[in-house]
Amino acid sequence: MATATVRAPRFRPLADGSPRAWQRLALAAGALALTGLCAAASSTPEQDRQRLVEFFAGRFPGVALEDYVYGAMIASADARAQYEQIMEFPPFLNDIEAGKKIWGTPFRNGKRFADCFPDGGRNVAGDYPRYDDALGRVVTFEGALNLCRQTNGEPPFAYGERQPMGVLIAYARTLSDGMRMNVKVDTPAARARYAAGKDLYFRRIGQLNASCAGCHVHNAGNTMRMEIISPALGHATHWPIFRGGEELMTFQGRFKRCMEQMRAAPYGYDSEEWNNLEYFLSYLSNGIPLKASVMRK
Amino acid sequence: MAEPIRMRVKLEGDVADVRVLIGHPMETGLRKDPKSGELVPLHFIKSVTATLNGKPVLAAQWSQAVSRNPYMQFRIKGAKANDEIGIEWVDNRGDSNRASAKVPAAG
Amino acid sequence: MSSTTPGRGVSRRSFLALSAALLAGALRPLRVWAREWDQVAFDARNVNDALKSAGIVNPTPSTDIVIKAPEIAENGAQVPVDILSKLPGTDIVYIFVDKNPQPFVGSFDFMNGAEPFISTRIKMGETSNLRVVVRAGGRHHMATREIKVTIGGCGT
Repeated sequence: MATATVRAPRFRPLADGSPRAWQRLALAAGALALTGLCAAASSTPEQDRQRLVEFFAGRFPGVALEDYVYGAMIASADARAQYEQIMEFPPFLNDIEAGKKIWGTPFRNGKRFADCFPDGGRNVAGDYPRYDDALGRVVTFEGALNLCRQTNGEPPFAYGERQPMGVLIAYARTLSDGMRMNVKVDTPAARARYAAGKDLYFRRIGQLNASCAGCHVHNAGNTMRMEIISPALGHATHWPIFRGGEELMTFQGRFKRCMEQMRAAPYGYDSEEWNNLEYFLSYLSNGIPLKASVMRK
Repeated sequence: MAEPIRMRVKLEGDVADVRVLIGHPMETGLRKDPKSGELVPLHFIKSVTATLNGKPVLAAQWSQAVSRNPYMQFRIKGAKANDEIGIEWVDNRGDSNRASAKVPAAG
Repeated sequence: MSSTTPGRGVSRRSFLALSAALLAGALRPLRVWAREWDQVAFDARNVNDALKSAGIVNPTPSTDIVIKAPEIAENGAQVPVDILSKLPGTDIVYIFVDKNPQPFVGSFDFMNGAEPFISTRIKMGETSNLRVVVRAGGRHHMATREIKVTIGGCGT
């Protein structure tokens, strides 16, 4: 694959984790709201996405859109080299294989997960989340797997657990590797859910009064608490992750961890808030090829 | 029932490039089980041997500091297509596992 | 009674214990060529003791030991390292991590055509020197590389 030469942004510690530092972040987020990057309720999802792509093109010159699947690693060749070395033969292959077994195990009525999706479940993950008119809510890929189970008389898998749902999507999402994110926000009802997700993303929350955007838009590429902040663009494209090659984490599992770190009470797995947030973030990553089950630090 | 040993072998000229991924927890004895709060006991692979057509080529002694689901890559000169690479490990409990793979044609 | 092989620091008792265990296990014909198990070296809690117990004395610094390792480990549980020895007659590579609770990570004996190259993934508890010792032509040579290990604030 092409490795773009990245002129790494100058890393300066944005925040040392102290409350004062978080307040600086919150102010930055407030300033961001005024830049028009986000606020206007009248901007369409596609306008938001294009503005975001332009913003990051300015911040990370030379990084191709598809490279945003690598997250914070676009800003560190050292991190990227370790990722490639591990991904060449990753330590979590057993988990993916366990997921493959669950995927292929028939339900009591003889049907399988593959029967619920076009093309046996290949190249479908990029269509999720989607707004389901009949259900009147956003459905994630995990939600679709559970709808499949329920349609076929099986109880749903719990979200946020390594087994069985975590390993199931560790396998099932790989069937869509290379598919470009392709989320649709086509109807007024869908747009309302997108807008709710966007609102949460830019809202200051929690005891530290910080917003997701404050870090992942305005300060992507900068360092905070010794970590390079990853950009919002591409965030939705690479799940689940295996932290340290070992700990399986889903996208909403990451929402939970982040909200806890922001000292905000997390919403729940498959909650409207998180499904809408995932919907918003996934739309922003439209056009970026997906890659499931990846190593992260 | 030991976890799988995965092997990938390539032939480059007369050098077999062998990559191995072994399923094993490689517990250091210092990690607390998140559910029980108890220390997970020391449990790690102590020795790994590799053979070419039954002849030893690599003998490794490991500590618990080798990573979980350990990985190893090594190269053997003088290999040819259809040669058999064998891998065997023994851990601190005396458990063991073995696997083998054929060297494919040069690619 | 125990005796030590000169310069190796390994007790005969532990060797016999291991051999018995292995004979009861799987490696029956292969153990005849293996070195004795370096238990004392593995147990050592500082790198100088580990080196000594592994029978490594006065290793010469060498630029012919090529180490490929990260500058900053993404995660201390899975640090990829590649080691290549260009020293002729290399038959053993030893890996130590100076600041690990037990610095001796492992050793690799090469024979019958195996090239003196190894790539593996190791655990590092904190920023430390990775220390590689090579036995070549009966003599010991050494190279080190610092690898930083951080535990970032958002990583937990």
